[in-house]
Amino acid sequence: MKPFTFKLRQEPPQRVDLSVLTPDRLAGLSPAQIEKIEIGVTKSSTKVGDIFEIISGDLKNLRYEGGSSRFDLIGAKLLPEFSIHVDGDVGAQLGRLAHGGRITVAGSAGAYAASGNIGAEIEIAGDVGDYLAAPLAGELSGMAGGRVMIRGSVGSRAGDRLRRGVIVIEGSAGEDLGSRLIAGTIVVLGATLGRVGYLNKRGSLILAQRKDFGPTYLDCGVHHLTYIGLLSRSLAPVSSGATRLLSGKLRRYGGDTSVYGKGEILTPIEG
Amino acid sequence: MPELIRNGVRIDDSFAEAFPMSGTGILITGPNAKWARQAAQTMTGFATSVIGCGCEAGIDYEVPPEETPDGRPGVRALLFAMSSKDAEQQLVNRLGQCVLTCPGSAVYSTVPGEFEIKVGDAVRQFGDKWQMSKVVEGRRYWRVPVMDGEFFCEGKVGLTKKSVGGGNLLVMGTDWDATMRATEAGVAAVQSVRDAIAPFPGGIVRSGSKVGSKYKGMGASTNDAYCPTLRGVTQSALDEDIGCVLEIVIDGLTDAAVSAAMRAGLKAIIDMGPEQGAKRIGAGNYGGKLGPFHYHLKELLP
Repeated sequence: MKPFTFKLRQEPPQRVDLSVLTPDRLAGLSPAQIEKIEIGVTKSSTKVGDIFEIISGDLKNLRYEGGSSRFDLIGAKLLPEFSIHVDGDVGAQLGRLAHGGRITVAGSAGAYAASGNIGAEIEIAGDVGDYLAAPLAGELSGMAGGRVMIRGSVGSRAGDRLRRGVIVIEGSAGEDLGSRLIAGTIVVLGATLGRVGYLNKRGSLILAQRKDFGPTYLDCGVHHLTYIGLLSRSLAPVSSGATRLLSGKLRRYGGDTSVYGKGEILTPIEG
Repeated sequence: MPELIRNGVRIDDSFAEAFPMSGTGILITGPNAKWARQAAQTMTGFATSVIGCGCEAGIDYEVPPEETPDGRPGVRALLFAMSSKDAEQQLVNRLGQCVLTCPGSAVYSTVPGEFEIKVGDAVRQFGDKWQMSKVVEGRRYWRVPVMDGEFFCEGKVGLTKKSVGGGNLLVMGTDWDATMRATEAGVAAVQSVRDAIAPFPGGIVRSGSKVGSKYKGMGASTNDAYCPTLRGVTQSALDEDIGCVLEIVIDGLTDAAVSAAMRAGLKAIIDMGPEQGAKRIGAGNYGGKLGPFHYHLKELLP
């Protein structure tokens, strides 16, 4: 069965909140009812029908034909076994607090992508703004499960307060990658800017490019870790670059010793 | 007793009587096949019978590196006990003393059972707060720092109460050598069946028991009806041409695994024929009133 499709008619006149357009919340509604759903976030009205042409199909698989950097909260609180594909860009908070399922974006994403993700598998082909998988202001922890795969580069503070799950960034990362890590794993194949792993408690940062990690990360030698072997096999179907990085021995830097200090940065022996 | 004959081997019209057990299985990997095997052997040592060992355990099969979660050679071991509590206690103890201690080892759950045993969640405390938890594809693992690197262990292992223990074959031959030849062939066939193990030494038990004893306080004693040296002086079950009896005992994760293992064992013994191997095959039971699983030999014949 063909996916349930939202075909872009025109660029929205304002930012739109698309959190209501998930399979579970659309179940039982007719296309006419869906077209009347209000998605604007200002005083002036914007309805689903103003922006999208609806092509009915299998609600388990949603598809956006055409994207926009004004599309916020796509796939928020998505449930397991559902999937969303966006053929274009998306705005802020993609997959916010998603419980499971799969979200794929062919373009780029805005800030707070995968924020508070609990179990979804999220893949973004382009670049991502700041605060990837991070908590919103006032929240105590960021992403708490699932897997995030970024083919491009990410902005600053990616993986802030990450608690569980795996983030793979094939491009480069901005300032303060993995700040305040609680646990979880972040793999970066490109370069990293500025500090990394600042105030890391128990998280793992695996960086293809080594640099000076500052005095609070202490060299623990070169090791072959079973966990890295498992992660390598787990990522083999989605990222050959990550699998290559994880296939050999890695140098372990323990830290951040300015806080709890049970975390680590792993890098290749050379490079 | 009316007899069936296959390839010259007499088959008793009898059945093996088996019992429900709690079963669990883990995959142990190591840096090489030798050390994966070593961890599994140590963990399944002294685990022939629940009567004196607390559990019955054995190696199910070896897993090539391409098929293990971490890409290292592995061995799958099964463990059975009379209750889920016993199974949990035995597995946690054996994991802590035999696998955690074995160089290079890692542990993964392989049985999607109805219940779970918290193994990693028990062993992790060995890490003295240096341990790290990792969740990959929805499964939690523990990384415990040890002197050769890290012990890597899945947090929970599945446990099923649908396991069956006590499938068996009594292999009877003229002398020890011929009976052993047939029994070894039977064991090899049994071991090729997945989800089933033969927990006794080399898969074979020579001291089959009967219920009860002439001594007070002993629940079981030697099965004199099958002892060849007593053939003339006791109510013997043995014929003139039988000089040795060996038993293969089988535990399986499922009813189907036990019957498949018995079927495979029977076929291998029958294929060898009475000249080289066994003259007769029987099965042990307690009259059918104690155990709910009955495996009739005539239904399992090739």
